[in-house]
Amino acid sequence: MRFMMMVIPRGYEMAAPDALPTADAVARMMEYNKNLQKAGVLLALDGLLPPSTGARIFYADGKATVTDGPFAEGKEVIGGYWIIQVRSREEAIEWARRAPMSINEIIEVRQIHEMTDFPEDVQKAAQGFEHPANATAARHE
Amino acid sequence: MSDIHKTIEAVWKIESTRLIAGIARVTRDIGIAEELAQDALVRALEQWPEEGIPGKPAAWLMTAAKRRAIDTLRRGRMLELKHGEIARDLEFQQQRLGEAMEHALDQVIDDDVLRLIFTACHPVLALEGRVALTLRVACGLTTAEIARAFLVPEKTLGQRIFRAKKTLSEARVPYETPRGDELHSRLESVLSVVYLIFNEGYTATAGDEWMREELCNDALRLGRILAGLLPGEPEIHGLLALMELQASRAAARRGPKGAAVLLPDQDRGLWDHAQIERGMAALHRAQQLGGGARVYALQAAIAACHARANTVADTDWERIVLLYDSLLQVSPSPIVALNRAVAVGMAPTPQYGPAAALNALDAIADEPALTNYHLLPSVRADLLLKLGRYAEAGQELRRAIAMTENRREQDLLSGKLTQIPNIQHDA
Repeated sequence: MRFMMMVIPRGYEMAAPDALPTADAVARMMEYNKNLQKAGVLLALDGLLPPSTGARIFYADGKATVTDGPFAEGKEVIGGYWIIQVRSREEAIEWARRAPMSINEIIEVRQIHEMTDFPEDVQKAAQGFEHPANATAARHE
Repeated sequence: MSDIHKTIEAVWKIESTRLIAGIARVTRDIGIAEELAQDALVRALEQWPEEGIPGKPAAWLMTAAKRRAIDTLRRGRMLELKHGEIARDLEFQQQRLGEAMEHALDQVIDDDVLRLIFTACHPVLALEGRVALTLRVACGLTTAEIARAFLVPEKTLGQRIFRAKKTLSEARVPYETPRGDELHSRLESVLSVVYLIFNEGYTATAGDEWMREELCNDALRLGRILAGLLPGEPEIHGLLALMELQASRAAARRGPKGAAVLLPDQDRGLWDHAQIERGMAALHRAQQLGGGARVYALQAAIAACHARANTVADTDWERIVLLYDSLLQVSPSPIVALNRAVAVGMAPTPQYGPAAALNALDAIADEPALTNYHLLPSVRADLLLKLGRYAEAGQELRRAIAMTENRREQDLLSGKLTQIPNIQHDA
């Protein structure tokens, strides 16, 4: 099963657009990433720029309204994520426990839906979707 | 199972390989290392439910294993230890072992893990022993889990592992990563074990579905670990690519009620495209390292042709034929020749097509390996159908049905038989 581990860093909701992690923090994170990789569980990872560079699209009345970041109401915002493949929810949690986090930071662990989890009618509704990766796959080899 | 036990199991899955690898650096014997690690696990199962999970579970387990080792030594039961340098003096031995363990505890190096995997996959062991031992020490599976995955009684599996450990001990297999030329022949053994684990999960239709999917994931995990430990070895990337590309189709291979869905009939939207991307990247790596013409990389390249195509008709069948030609050169086999013939039958170019494919089949028809292989008449039937030779196609389908004992396979073939126009179905 696949899980997404989302990092919710303290203060990131109000971080300046050019906020960058320190070399020390990056070094500790790389050590952790390497351990995930060495264990063969790491599938993907990314870090996200602060919300002050982003935007939220609200559908309050069903119509899209765009608000630029930072967001006054946002207290817990995502700073990055890992996708890991493990045998159990507990294993995902154990990996999250090993991450080099600072005081007040949060990691949220969530399982990724597999298409086979859905009932047949939902799978049918998803049929024929031509994944964009198919077009980009050709660039390899 | 209680939550704390599930957590301990998860910690074990994460830590056991490096734990066993670290201990084995000192004991030079996988069997003893694995038992000491198991003892540590038992201690954890006793203590953690009361005291909570320690802050550094890996270090806790290693310390427990070390204490256990010294304890065992004190009772004079460490004579099996293959550490030739250990002096006779018991006290000195204890101190020596303690220090060595302490050191191994501090830093399990990547080479420890590599040594562990190479030893578990040592050619001195029977293949089934290699597979069981690898799943046990390198994937952290319990005997019960391995038994469930391979549909054998737990007792049988336990004996298999016991025998494997004993064989390693008796054969005095050096606990080391092979170097130079030996590395490549031994790596072949490791990769064949990994691929066997993968295929056990991928191809069999019986057994616990979830367990089998996890078996594929365990093989992929092992592949990724090996690719990380020996990044310069192209065949590891080739095998990893092959496994990723095959596994990417998993969701599309299972129809309603578990019936197998063959490649041409699969809904390609169900393929895992992120996994395809990973497979393509691994294949690219294998090719960059100069291993594009090796067995696994070639098979991966064939799988990649399918992965790239949005429909069966879009598939680059000519390229697949060429890749099969290369595969036949490095690994000649009638099965590969049969698969090549299928590709020939699909390719739209004038020199290929169904008639050319039938000729290719005729050339391998007398291969002993194919005498009772139902796919030979089944493929022949498909080609004859395309050529409109319905009566002959019907005969071939009946031959194929008689050759297979697999019910789903029979149903599939019978279905084709009833769809043939203008022939007597009961003939």
